[in-house]
Amino acid sequence: MKHLLATDGLDPALATAVLDTADELKHTLLGREVKKLPTLRGRTVITLFYENSTRTRVSFEIAGKWMSADVINVSASSSSVNKGESLRDTALTLAAAGADCVIVRHPASGAAQRLSEWLAEPGTSVVNAGDGTHEHPTQALLDAATLRERLGSLKDRRIAIVGDVLHSRVARSNIHLLAALGAEVVLVAPPTLLPYGVESLPVTVSHDLDAELPAVDAVMMLRVQAERMHGGFFPSAREYSIAYGLSERRQKLLPDHAVVLHPGPMLRGMEIASAVADSPASAITEQVRNGVHVRMAVLYHLLASEGATA
Amino acid sequence: MSTVIKGARPYGEGDPVDVLIEDGVITAIGAVQVPEGAEVIEAAGQVLLPGFVDLHTHLREPGREDTETIDSGSAAAALGGYTAVFAMANTDPVADNAVIVDHVWRRGQEVGLVDVHPVGAVTVGLKGEKLAELGTMAASQARVKVFSDDGLCVADPLLMRRALEYSTALDVVIAQHAEEPRLTVGAQAHEGERAARLGYTGWPAAAEESIVARDCLLALHANARLHVCHVSTSGTADVLRWAKDRGTKVSAEVTPHHLLLTDERLATYDPVNKVNPPLRTESDAERLRTALAEGVIDCVATDHAPHAVQDKDTEWSAARPGMLGLQTALSIVAETMVRTGLLDWRGVARVMSERPAEIGNLADQGRPIAAGEPANLTLVDPDAEWTVRGAELASIAANTPYEGMRLPGVVTATLLRGRVTARDGKIC
Ligand SMILES: [Zn+2]
Repeated sequence: MKHLLATDGLDPALATAVLDTADELKHTLLGREVKKLPTLRGRTVITLFYENSTRTRVSFEIAGKWMSADVINVSASSSSVNKGESLRDTALTLAAAGADCVIVRHPASGAAQRLSEWLAEPGTSVVNAGDGTHEHPTQALLDAATLRERLGSLKDRRIAIVGDVLHSRVARSNIHLLAALGAEVVLVAPPTLLPYGVESLPVTVSHDLDAELPAVDAVMMLRVQAERMHGGFFPSAREYSIAYGLSERRQKLLPDHAVVLHPGPMLRGMEIASAVADSPASAITEQVRNGVHVRMAVLYHLLASEGATA
Repeated sequence: MSTVIKGARPYGEGDPVDVLIEDGVITAIGAVQVPEGAEVIEAAGQVLLPGFVDLHTHLREPGREDTETIDSGSAAAALGGYTAVFAMANTDPVADNAVIVDHVWRRGQEVGLVDVHPVGAVTVGLKGEKLAELGTMAASQARVKVFSDDGLCVADPLLMRRALEYSTALDVVIAQHAEEPRLTVGAQAHEGERAARLGYTGWPAAAEESIVARDCLLALHANARLHVCHVSTSGTADVLRWAKDRGTKVSAEVTPHHLLLTDERLATYDPVNKVNPPLRTESDAERLRTALAEGVIDCVATDHAPHAVQDKDTEWSAARPGMLGLQTALSIVAETMVRTGLLDWRGVARVMSERPAEIGNLADQGRPIAAGEPANLTLVDPDAEWTVRGAELASIAANTPYEGMRLPGVVTATLLRGRVTARDGKIC
C-alpha cells in the first residue's frame, strides 16, 4: 500500500489485513506500561491539518509515536497557509524536508488525491484524514474494527447510518468499506441530507428510523453540524431529534446484540440521548481506542511492511 | 494582391475546384487561371469552409494578460480556423462601457489576425444590479452586438426582463450564462451519481434549465432576442425545443467540451476538467450532439477560458473553472459530430460559422463560398490527425483537457478578408 486515500475501491483483502494488524497491535500493547514499538524508528510522519480536529490529529499522533516515528504536527493556523501558499507548495516543502508520510485533513474533496500526485516524485505516502465531503477512510476502518470486535464478523450484518449523509465523509467511507466487507448498509435520513444520486451507492435508503431499528445489527449516528440546522436542511433541531434522534425509546427497538456508534463529537440530546451514548450497547469509547490501533496498522502497512502486502 | 486555393472541395462536396481571391473578395470558383504573382495554396483533399466565428471567447485582456492577450488569443483563434471571435466582458476592468469595448476592438484590429468583437456587460460591473449603457456601447466604434454578464447569470428576473426589452430597440442580443445562483452555492461539479460518490458539491441540471425556461418566457413576452450560452443538459435542449416551437427568438450554443467530455473525468480530481457549467453525464452529451445536429442548439462556441498554472494546479475547489478551446474546437466537432455521421461538412459550416455570424449580427462573416463574397475562409484536412500538447498551443495558458489526445481534423489555413492569417500550424 502506497497511500490510503479512500475506501471506495479499497481491496477487501487489504482492508482485512489492516484490521488484522490493528487487532494484533492491540493485543501486543494490552497491559503494557510502555506502549512503544520500534517499528517506525527514524521515519518522519507529518500531520497537515487545514481543519481543526483535535480528536483525529491526536489519534494519528499517538499512533505514530507508539511506533517510534517522529511525528510533526503542522496546522493551517501556524503554517504558511495563511500567507497564501498553495497546498501544492506546502506539500512539496514538507516532502523536501524529509517527510515519509503526510497525513492530511483538508476542506476540499480530492485534496488528498491531488497531494498524492504531487508527492509521487519524492515518494511520500499520503493518508487521507478527511477531505471535504469525500472520505475519511481511517474512521471507517476504526468503525469496522469496533464492529468486528462486537459482532464477530461483518458478513451479512445490517448497519444503519443515520443523519447527515450528504455532508459526511465518514458516511461515504463507511458505505464503501462496510459493503466491501460484506455488510448491508441502510441510510436513514431526511431527503435533504442525502446526496442526489445516492442510489448509485451500495445502500438502501429509508426515512423511517423506527422501522429500521428492529432489523439492524448496528446503528451509526452521524454528526449534524450546527450550520446545517440553520441552512434549511430540516425545519428545526427539535423536529430532527424527533424523527432521527436515537432516544431511549428507540434504543429499545434494537435487537439486544446491536451496537451503537458515533464518530463524535456528539450532540447529546439531539442526535443521541445521553443514556444511550453511555449504555452498554454504545461502543463510542472503543471507537476512539481502536482508532489509535487502526492508525498504527495503517502506518505499518504504508511505511514498514515493504512488499508484505499489495 | 491575389490568392488561389487549388483543388479544395467547398463544404467537402462535389469535385475539387480552384478559388480565386482578389482584394479580399472571392472573384472566381472553378477552373481558375493563376494570375502572375498570386499566392497559391495547394489544397488537394481538403475541405474549404467559411471562416469560423466564436460567439464565446475569453481573451483576458485587460486584466489577466499573464494568461491570454488579444494578441495571443487572436493567434490561437486564427490557428483554430476562426476569422471572428466575440470577447467576453468579464475582464478587469469589466467591459461595461464604451472605453473598454473600443479598446478591445481596436487592439483586435491592430493585431489583425481575427476580428475581435467585444461583448458588452449587461449590468454595471457584472454586479447584476443596474443596466450598463447598452446603447452607448452599441453605438460605439466597436458596434457591440452581443451583451452578456457571462461568468455570472443575470439572475434577477426583473432586471433580465428590462435588459431583454431594452435590447429590442438596439437590435442586439442578450446572451445569458444560465445558472440560478441560489441552486449552485458552493457547486463544484454536476450533481449526480459521480458527485455523490466523490464528494463534490452538486451543480444541479435544474439550475440551468430553470433559468433558460424563465428567460425564454421573458424573451417571448418582450419579443426580444435571447442567446443561451454553453448549454450543458438534455433538459435545456427540451426547453429550447419547446420555446422555439412557440416562436421564441432564442438561439443557443454548445461547447466542444460538453459534446465530448463527461463527469467521468471527476474521478481524477484534476481541475483541468473543472468548467462552468460542469461536465455532465454521457446521456447529456449524447443529447447535446443530437440537439446540435437537429438545430435545436444553433451553434458551437468554445468558451475558451485560459487560466494560469497556479489557478489550475490546485485542489479542485480552489481552481478556477474553464479550459482552452479555440485551437481544438474543429477537431472536437470532427470527432463528435462528423465521425459519428451526425453532421456533414456543410453542417459544420452552419454550426461553426453561419449561425454564429447571424446570431452575432456580422454581415461579412459566415457567408456562402461564392463569387462576390468576402474571403473569410478556413481550410481543413479532414483525414489528418494531430496530438494535442498544451504547451505548444498559441495561448499563453496551457489548460487543455485534451493533453496527449490524438484528434482528427487539422486546420491547414485560415484567410481573413483574403489575407492568410495561419497556415500549416503557423501564424502568417
Ligand atoms: Zn459562462
